[in-house]
Amino acid sequence: MSTPASKQIDSATLWGGKVSPFSMGYGKIMMWFFLVSDALTFGGLLTSLGFAKFANPETAVEWPAAEKIFTHFPFTHEHLPLLYVALMTFILIVSSVTMVLAVEAGHRMDKKGVVKWLAFTVIGGIVFLGSQVWEWKTFIAGPDGDISTWADNATLAYNSYGPVQYADYFFFITGFHGFHVLTGVVFNIIILINAINGTYERRGHYEMVEKVGLYWHFIDLVWVFVFTFYYLV
Amino acid sequence: MLRDDIIEYSLDAHHSEEEGKNKRKAIWKVTAILSIITALEVIVGVLWPKDDAGSAWEFIKWGYIILTVIKAGYIVMVFMHLGEERKAFRMMVLVPYIIFILYLIFHLLTEASYIGATWNQFRV
Repeated sequence: MSTPASKQIDSATLWGGKVSPFSMGYGKIMMWFFLVSDALTFGGLLTSLGFAKFANPETAVEWPAAEKIFTHFPFTHEHLPLLYVALMTFILIVSSVTMVLAVEAGHRMDKKGVVKWLAFTVIGGIVFLGSQVWEWKTFIAGPDGDISTWADNATLAYNSYGPVQYADYFFFITGFHGFHVLTGVVFNIIILINAINGTYERRGHYEMVEKVGLYWHFIDLVWVFVFTFYYLV
Repeated sequence: MLRDDIIEYSLDAHHSEEEGKNKRKAIWKVTAILSIITALEVIVGVLWPKDDAGSAWEFIKWGYIILTVIKAGYIVMVFMHLGEERKAFRMMVLVPYIIFILYLIFHLLTEASYIGATWNQFRV
């Protein structure tokens, strides 16, 4: 391995000042700090979902099981519980893989490879966003599947599937995550343009791809937890 | 402006073709693991839905949670390269987060079950 962090440096030198004890660039450390705080935000949201679920009294409307609600799949009327969410999870994992391949190509100063894998990552992110739009539309339309009849549409104030809070958490958690995906796609497009223009080639390293990559992997990481705690458990 | 007091660690962050090949192999291996775990979760979810699982649900639930933590570990350690950073940094990211989040989960879920029980008692 030839990352700076794998160099053998005795700890007296490492912690003696003048060098980063972590052998990392400033930007990468700051990205990690941001991700820790963002992870606390998402952790708080998912834990409060658990709070609402456990505090939901048995005498009130029952907390719904996700596999009874998310049974639809685009272009078919088959009953396919959770399959589309699983496909979305898979799409996000694959786009995370293409991102890590872009980072790896960057370490070899392989401009073509970075551009290719980043382009795939952008496509994966856009497909995921589109899927989420479809998912929201299907959820809002309610059990009758018709979004134009407002009789049983799910909103922040009314939920035809169960407690109102269930829909509120759906909109808030997947919406907040979707907003992260949107910003991630924008960042990916920016560094893709920079990579095509040769900005990082001239700079001598592709660390910016790695930093944005950290953010993109974090989005995948959050979705793994949303998938489990919103859809499965 | 060129500053000589800042060490550009990123300039050293390169690897050869040979190392790249090994890294890509590791990446595809982790991809396979993540896909298999996701597929497993969906198959279990389809075959044993929450309402039919009965008393087995507790085991299935904890199975999901453990699989999720395994997936998260692979993403953080391999995809985000946290496993390749110095131990001090790894600990600085993971330890505070894990302590905070376990504290939050413990308190919110403990209180939630009491609040639910209270609602049940007064709203008969």
